[in-house]
Amino acid sequence: MMRLELVKRPQRSALFSMLSPFIAFALTIIAGAVLFALLGVNPLTAFRIYFVEPISQVWQLHELAIKAAPLILIAVGLSVCYKANIWNIGAEGQFIFGAIFGSILPVLFPQFEGPLVLPLMLLCGMVGGAAYAAIPAMLKTRFGTNEILTSLMLVYVAQLFLDWLVRGPWRDPQGHGFPQTIQFGDSAVLPELMPDAGRANWGFVFALVAAVLVWILMGRMLKGFEVRVLGSSPRAGRFAGFGLNRMVFFAFLLSGALAGLAGICEVSGAIGQLQPVISPGYGFTAIIVAFLGRLNPLGIIAAGLVLALTYLGGEAVQSALGISDKVVRVFQGMLLFFVLGCDTLIHYRIRVIGLALTKQDSAAKLEAAPKLKEAR
Amino acid sequence: MDITVNILLTIATAATPLLIAAIGELVVERSGVLNLGVEGMMIMGAVAGFGAGYLTGSPWIGLLAAIAMGALFSLLFAVMTLSLATNQVATGLSLTLLGLGLSGMMGTSFVGQPGVRLPNLDIPGLSSIPIVGKLIFGQDPIFYISIALTAAVTWFLFKTRTGLTLRSIGDSHTSAHALGIKVIRYRYLAVIFGGACAGLAGGHLSLVYTPQWVENMSAGRGWIALALVVFASWRPWRVLAGAYIFGAVWIGQLHAQAFGIPVPSQMLSSLPYLATVVVLVLISRNKRLTMMNTPASLGQPFVPDR
Repeated sequence: MMRLELVKRPQRSALFSMLSPFIAFALTIIAGAVLFALLGVNPLTAFRIYFVEPISQVWQLHELAIKAAPLILIAVGLSVCYKANIWNIGAEGQFIFGAIFGSILPVLFPQFEGPLVLPLMLLCGMVGGAAYAAIPAMLKTRFGTNEILTSLMLVYVAQLFLDWLVRGPWRDPQGHGFPQTIQFGDSAVLPELMPDAGRANWGFVFALVAAVLVWILMGRMLKGFEVRVLGSSPRAGRFAGFGLNRMVFFAFLLSGALAGLAGICEVSGAIGQLQPVISPGYGFTAIIVAFLGRLNPLGIIAAGLVLALTYLGGEAVQSALGISDKVVRVFQGMLLFFVLGCDTLIHYRIRVIGLALTKQDSAAKLEAAPKLKEAR
Repeated sequence: MDITVNILLTIATAATPLLIAAIGELVVERSGVLNLGVEGMMIMGAVAGFGAGYLTGSPWIGLLAAIAMGALFSLLFAVMTLSLATNQVATGLSLTLLGLGLSGMMGTSFVGQPGVRLPNLDIPGLSSIPIVGKLIFGQDPIFYISIALTAAVTWFLFKTRTGLTLRSIGDSHTSAHALGIKVIRYRYLAVIFGGACAGLAGGHLSLVYTPQWVENMSAGRGWIALALVVFASWRPWRVLAGAYIFGAVWIGQLHAQAFGIPVPSQMLSSLPYLATVVVLVLISRNKRLTMMNTPASLGQPFVPDR
C-alpha cells in the first residue's frame, strides 16, 4: 500500500511560495491535455486554440481585459476576507445587487443626463454590493450564523430577484417582450479606454487601482496587520484590542463594495442594460482567482488575466472544435484543486511511503530521537 | 383526501434527496471534516445515474452508478484534505465548482433525452389500502433507503463502539491520535460514505424526482443539505425532521405557483433559500445548543506527528 506522509518544514518554503502557482498551472495543462485527448482532440491543437489564438490580436487583448476586470475586482476583496479567515462565498450575489443598485439611475431616471450620472451609478453599485454583503456579516456578528451558507443562499435569492426585475417592473416597454431593461443612455455607459483599438473599458483601470490600494492597505497599514492577525489567531487579535466583529463587517463591506463595483461596471460597460443573467459565474471564479493569486492583490492581477483567458479559450474551442463550453468550469475547478494541493508544499515536504522503505523509516526515527530529548 | 395524500407523497419525494445528502454529510462532520462539496458530488451522482440508466435501460444500474460516482468524487476531496492537509473550505468549494463543470460536460449528449425511472414499490393488497397504503407501501425505493439510513446512522453513531470512536475523532483528533486511533483512515471512510450518500441523493434527482438530465439540476440542494446538518445540531432524526420541513417549503412554493397566487414566481422560488437563512439564524441564536453539539475539531486540518 502506497501512502503519503507530510513532514512539516521548519519554516515556510519561500521557493515553493513562489513556484506553487506555476506548478499548479503546469499540472492543469497536463490534466487538460488528458481531457482533450479523451474527447478525441489533439491536445496541441486544442491548446493553441484555447490559450494562444484568443490573445493573438490587439482587440482580443481588450476582450481579455473586459473579462479580467470583474474577476480582479471581486478577488481582491475576497482575498481580504480569506486572509481574515472570513468566508464570503456569495460575491456572485453582491455582484448582482451592485448591478441592480447601479442601474437605478439609468433605468428609472433616463432623462437625467450629464457628467454626474456615471460617478453616481458607480457609487450606487458599491453601496448595493456592500449592503447585500452586510446581511451575512450582520447575521454572523449578531447571531453567530455561519457566513458560508448564508452568503451562498443569498446568491440564489439575488439571481431570482434580478430575474423578476427584468421580466417585471423594470422591463423595457418597447422591448418586444424581451426580458431586459432599456438600453442605458450615453452618459450612463462606462467609456472605452481606446475606442479605436478595442472594447476594453475603465473597469479594468478600476480593477488595477483597487488591487494596488488593497495591496498598500494589507502590506503597509495597521488595518492590514489587523486582518492578518485576526485571521491567523483571533485570540491574539483580541489581546491586541482588535475587534473580531468589526473585522467581519470590514471584510464583508469591502469585498461587497468591490463586487458591486464589478457588477455595475459589467452592466454599464460590457452589456449596456440589465438582463436576467449578467455574469458567467464571475463571483465563483473570483474565488479561484484569489487563491491562484496567493491572496496577494498583485498576484491576483496576474491570476485574473489567466482565468479570463480560460473564458475566452472556452468560447474559442466551442466554436472551433464543438467542445462544450463547460470545459471552462472543468479547467477552473482543476486549477483550484492543483493550487490548493501545491500550497501544501509550502509548509510540508511530502514523502511517498512505499513498501520497501522501512530502512528510511527507522533512519527517520533515529534522527528524531535526539530532538525528543531536547524537547524534554 | 386524495389531494392530501398526493401532497404528502410529493413532499416525501422532495425531502428524500435532502435527507440522504444531509445524513451523509452528518457522518463526515461528526468525524471532524467539513466537506462543502456536497452540491458537486450530488450533481455528479445525478449525471452518472442518468447516464448509466439511459445507456443500459436499467434504473438500478443507474442507481449504483450514482452511488459509485459520488464515492469516487469524494475520494478526490479526501486525498486533498486528509493526505495533503489542504484547507477544507476551499477544497470543498473547488469540488463543487469542478462537479458542476464536469457534470455539464458529461451530460451534453443527455440533454432532452428521456430517462428511466425507478419503479415505485407495489405490494399487492398492501399498497392499495386507502390513504396509508400509498404512503407506507407505495413509494420509490430510495425513500425507504433514506429512512433506513437515518436509523442505521443513529444506531451506528450512538450505539456502536466504532461510532463512538468516530465521534471522538471529531471532537479531538489529537487525543484520538494519541490513543492510537487511525484518525486519517476513519476520516477517509467517513468522507467516502458521505460522497456515496450525496451521489445517491443525486441519483434520486435524475432517476425518481425528475427522470431526465438538466444542467445544474441539483439547484442548491447540496448547500441546503449542509445547512440541514447545522440546523439539526448534528443529530440524525432532527435531520429527518428538517428535511421534511424543507421538502414541504419546496413543494408548497411549487403549488402556490401552480395555483397562481398573485406573488411573483421568482419570489416563491427563492423561499427555500430564504427559509434556509432564517432557519440557520434561529438555530445559531441558541449558542449553547450549537456549542454543545458542534464537533470540536470540525474543519481543522490534521497532520499526525510521528
